[in-house]
Amino acid sequence: MTLTATTRSRPAARRPRPRVRRTWISTVIGIVVLAVMLFPVYWLVNSSLQPFGSTLSGAVFPWHPDTTGYQRAISEQGRNLVTSLVIALLTVAVVLAAATPTAYALAQFRFRWTPAALLVVLITQMIPSIIIAGAAYTAYSGLHLLNTVPGLVLADASLGIPFAILVLYPAFTGIPKSIIEAARIDGAGLGRTFWSIVVPVSRNGIITAGLFSFLFAWGDFLFALTLTTNPSVRPVTLGIYNYLGTNVSSWSAVMATGVLASIPAIVLLLVAQKYIAAGAIGGAVK
Amino acid sequence: MTAVRPASTPLQADVLPPPRRRSGRGERTARLLFVVPTAVYIAAYFGYPLVKNLLMSFQNYTTATFFTGEAPWVGFQNFSRAVHSNLFVPALGHTALFTAVSIVGQFIIGMALAVFFSRRFPLNKFLRGLLLLPWLLPSVASSAVWRSIFEQDNGILNRVLEGVGLIDEPIGWLTSTSWALTAVIIANVWAGIPFNATILYGGLQEISEDLYEAAALDGATGWRAFRHITLPLLRPVISVVLVLGVVYTVKTLDGILALTNGGPSNATQTIPVRAYQESFVNFSFGVGAAYNTFLILISLVFAVVYLRANRRAVDE
Repeated sequence: MTLTATTRSRPAARRPRPRVRRTWISTVIGIVVLAVMLFPVYWLVNSSLQPFGSTLSGAVFPWHPDTTGYQRAISEQGRNLVTSLVIALLTVAVVLAAATPTAYALAQFRFRWTPAALLVVLITQMIPSIIIAGAAYTAYSGLHLLNTVPGLVLADASLGIPFAILVLYPAFTGIPKSIIEAARIDGAGLGRTFWSIVVPVSRNGIITAGLFSFLFAWGDFLFALTLTTNPSVRPVTLGIYNYLGTNVSSWSAVMATGVLASIPAIVLLLVAQKYIAAGAIGGAVK
Repeated sequence: MTAVRPASTPLQADVLPPPRRRSGRGERTARLLFVVPTAVYIAAYFGYPLVKNLLMSFQNYTTATFFTGEAPWVGFQNFSRAVHSNLFVPALGHTALFTAVSIVGQFIIGMALAVFFSRRFPLNKFLRGLLLLPWLLPSVASSAVWRSIFEQDNGILNRVLEGVGLIDEPIGWLTSTSWALTAVIIANVWAGIPFNATILYGGLQEISEDLYEAAALDGATGWRAFRHITLPLLRPVISVVLVLGVVYTVKTLDGILALTNGGPSNATQTIPVRAYQESFVNFSFGVGAAYNTFLILISLVFAVVYLRANRRAVDE
């Protein structure tokens, strides 16, 4: 079953427009609902600006913002943030390089085994990452890939490639065959057709797949935890985990790190909302 | 199929053969190249782990193995050790409870939100977008703030509950064995609501307004319309959401590790936590692999259910 985000069929006779006041009440309710749902996010920011110390401050608002937490966070976790950034960007590259041609081929080349391939992709999404981590650890230790950026990138790609294929497949099936045929008649080979014609046309799908790969890799915790044994390559997610430890010694630093780690998600959600929304529906229901 | 030949290339169209007939061996190889890298990757990072896990579950795979290269065959001993461990039954129970309550909570709230956002009102789209945030945040960041919210003495949750008068003494959300699982479930439900709400919303959008209008003419509105129109038509989407939800929730590991690490006193032990701890804390990869195998079996059951539900949805 494919649930595409198509607009539903509108009846010829429209429902009478509701009174304007009625709809604004819904907006207010909506804002309240969002406020409740996003309270933890607010609390994260609030706590990051509270006075530095080991006791948790219960203040509801940062009346006297204290940026010590952020100073600590940047000095202690700055390197980890950069590591996470590098890993996430490389993962996007790997995922798109592998998944985009594959999704296109499955959508357009009409192999006999396409349904089976899609089934395999679907199943890979259900495999618990702990299983991948276990095998990767044993393999990496022999291949000297532990504590390396490439090692983590390849592992994080497992979070992105199946998802990307499932998001891009419908985008590629939707390309009008006439465009491709026109290019082929003009003599373009498979590669040229793909690169010059197909990719620009499916820009939105590719961006969505890329954004989600970034977020999955950036937020990965399990591979960061299991595939590193020393602090040389430490994604920020692991940094936060170490801060949490058994007793948190400086809450504002932990929270500040949390805020910094949440910036990509927040920024992308505000700036690239249409791509995120498309991915959330598209990639999840297939 | 009749393709309109571009007017600019009439001669080429006559000279070159139509693309379809160009499938020589070169073209076929080129086509496969589109798929080969991914196929290799999937074999390496999904196929290999499954096989390796199965093998390790029958071997005595420990830190010694990394030095000697030996992993002696021990048959079902790892499984036996896993099952006879005094943590196995609690872990199983916690996994079931955690999954069941999480799914129910996420679904009900997600459905309520989906229905609410189906109305037309200003800022609808913007608010719906913001709703995705809990799902997109790094799980450790969420766990960090939930840790502070649940903190016994100064955490905001206890302070609010005490302030409102619902409780007399602060609850040890993360320190008491009776409440820890509840705390973990609350955090997990919060993170899962956006996923449910978004998919259910998508399903609701597919239902034509005509049906509701027709029903309203017959006097069926509100709850009755929901029961007799919405729910039946939404059944395929609901089954997908529930089954996917179960598959993803059962394997939850990040949130529990960061929030309670399986404690206090193993109050939040689950099968994935056991698998992680056996493999990466005790370095008994064999036993960890045995736990992983249980996890796969559970996921397999629900995966089959999902595929069946999917196929039925296609037929409907």
